[in-house]
Amino acid sequence: MTLQDARRGAAWPRVTAILGRHPGGLALVAPYAAFLALVFAYPFGFAVWISFHDYFFTAPGAQVDRPFVGLDNYTAVLTDPAVRQAFGNILVFLVINVPLTTVLALLLATALNGAIRARTFLRVAYYVPYVTASVAVVGVWLFLFNSGGLVNKVLGPLAPDPSWLVNEKLAMPTIAVYVAWKQLGFFILLYLAALQNVPKELYESAAVDGATRWQSFRKVTVPAVRPATTLVVILATITGANLFTEPYLLTGGGGPNGASASPVLLMYQRGIEQGQPDVAAAIGVLLVAFVIAVSLLNRRLLERS
Amino acid sequence: MRRTLPASLLALALGITVAGCGGGDSDSGSGKGADSARGPITIWLSNNQEEVAWGKAMVEAWNAGHPDEKVTAQEIPAGKSSEEVIGAAITAGNAPCLIFNTAPAAVPQFQKQGGLVALDTFPGAADYIEQRTGSAAEQYKSSDGKYYQLPWKSNPVMIFYNKTLLAKAGVDPENPPLATYDQFLATARKIKASGAAPAAIYPAPTSEFFQSWFDFYPLFAAETDGKQLVEDGKAQFNTPEGQRVAEFWRTLYAEGLAPKEKYNGDSFADGKAAMAIVGPWAIAVYGEKVKWGAVPVPTSTGKPASEIKTFSDAKNVAMYTSCKNRATAWDVLKFATSKEQDGALLEKTGQMPLRADLPTTYPDYFAEHPAYKAFADQAGRTVEVPNVPNAITIWQTFRDAYSESVIFGKKPVSDAFAEAAQKVDQLASGS
Repeated sequence: MTLQDARRGAAWPRVTAILGRHPGGLALVAPYAAFLALVFAYPFGFAVWISFHDYFFTAPGAQVDRPFVGLDNYTAVLTDPAVRQAFGNILVFLVINVPLTTVLALLLATALNGAIRARTFLRVAYYVPYVTASVAVVGVWLFLFNSGGLVNKVLGPLAPDPSWLVNEKLAMPTIAVYVAWKQLGFFILLYLAALQNVPKELYESAAVDGATRWQSFRKVTVPAVRPATTLVVILATITGANLFTEPYLLTGGGGPNGASASPVLLMYQRGIEQGQPDVAAAIGVLLVAFVIAVSLLNRRLLERS
Repeated sequence: MRRTLPASLLALALGITVAGCGGGDSDSGSGKGADSARGPITIWLSNNQEEVAWGKAMVEAWNAGHPDEKVTAQEIPAGKSSEEVIGAAITAGNAPCLIFNTAPAAVPQFQKQGGLVALDTFPGAADYIEQRTGSAAEQYKSSDGKYYQLPWKSNPVMIFYNKTLLAKAGVDPENPPLATYDQFLATARKIKASGAAPAAIYPAPTSEFFQSWFDFYPLFAAETDGKQLVEDGKAQFNTPEGQRVAEFWRTLYAEGLAPKEKYNGDSFADGKAAMAIVGPWAIAVYGEKVKWGAVPVPTSTGKPASEIKTFSDAKNVAMYTSCKNRATAWDVLKFATSKEQDGALLEKTGQMPLRADLPTTYPDYFAEHPAYKAFADQAGRTVEVPNVPNAITIWQTFRDAYSESVIFGKKPVSDAFAEAAQKVDQLASGS
């Protein structure tokens, strides 16, 4: 052992205390941490700051006052019926979309995990909507769900009146089903990965004990993929709460009559179209708080042993 | 530790952000010196094919005579809307010198952002604008009395009808009764009842703020003899005239003569609607496909065509504060709106330069293209969107009230309009 090595050895515990056991790891995570700070943390902090000020976007060099306004923007947002309606809409969306996504993804993943015919084809088929551009798929759904569309033709006299996308009661549920269908492929993939890790012995011993297929699904599969379920529920909640493209395109700007407006659509209208980024930022901050609360609740419920 | 480290990193990031935001901008960038500077400039054109062709030819003509003040033209970068892209460019400080597609409704916002140059800073500019456009120029002045836009071209809207479908419905296609609300409704009912087309007329029933420009606003302009949506800081739609227009549309929606669901395509071209509210661009678009006729928008009493006002659907040119060589930009602006270039624009696009006495300025063109004559006459009687603070929010507020009461019939028009008028009055006052 050289002298240098000895010195390094003495300094080691202190370095470990500050930087962890593998300081090299920090270098590896640094680019992503920098990315997070730049693309998420900084804009989020900026949004919080904007939401407490009278703020609008200006040309570089323009001299404007941006006074601190306290909770004014939040008061404006919370007393705006359109905002309350949008949060109500998103709640309806989540109540339909998240359970539907989770249940369908788990059932289909279990089926695809078994040895069935055309397994690869089906996996690809479920994944295609997820990777297809939303704008294109929305076009297809417009043809399916408009008054004279395929769905109403098949339903005949049972078709709803007013039709799906212009019906105040059905517009949001239709969007929830659309989003569930579109994103299913991704969540199936998460479950498929989780299912690979379920030990075969568990199924074998269940079979030995005389469990039916349904029983082994309920008693073995569901508990074994619980961490994946938590992930699926939280991801579906987060992507769902950020709903924008569908109310923007599928229902023509949150129609009918605001019944499918989402908080992010309102943020776009207020912040970008109408030049009130301060109000939009307040909606955004409230949305973040809402998503965190719902996600924590989900996690608590799902991770209960 | 596992959880406190990320939390403290986040708190640190937030702290840095807040500290960074507190500082305020200092650079003045007021453009002193830029007003008289000359040199190369960049301009943006709309992405309409015909306009791009005109723009390129115009730039070529300019560049040939000004080798030291070269103009580079490009199309407005793609985005959800041009206004969004321009707003972002203003904030980023990389807007071009001139944009030949500046929507009048967006001007108050761009002005508030500090993004526009008051054209009055150039000697003789106000005179130039007023001489070229005539008394209509007044509508384009901002509330501080200055011109932040040069009124460039309009697309005055009229009712286009499909002669074949009208004949099928048993309506005289050469002289259809569409002047009064009662006549219009009777014709619409015939179209629907005869099965000639599923819809009599099909304006977009969606909630975007600008959709009212193509259903309510033209008829409102006609009914009120040229009132704007907001005048002297007060909403004008909650009036007997405004309510008459709204009730007319409400009847069309209630009876299914105008559908409440957005059409996925061009309803007029596809024969799904027998009528449409369009500007002169429609002649080139439908000219070959549909046997069409055009009449002014209806009024409750059937005013003579020569008195009817309508919405202008204008697009203007504005100069942006990021421009370094503003003297050149102003010269280019005058060059591009000269009698010669306006004539070229009319020839190439069929859109109406915002010039006083259009038909007499280009008699040869209108002799050769009689179809455009009606639109040229109409171009002399147009109403612009009001140039007031919070213009877009005002239009969205109005659209939401219209959507609720007129399209979906959830509320009486009088209630919805009264509530909206109250909000609009407040918004127009700048608060």
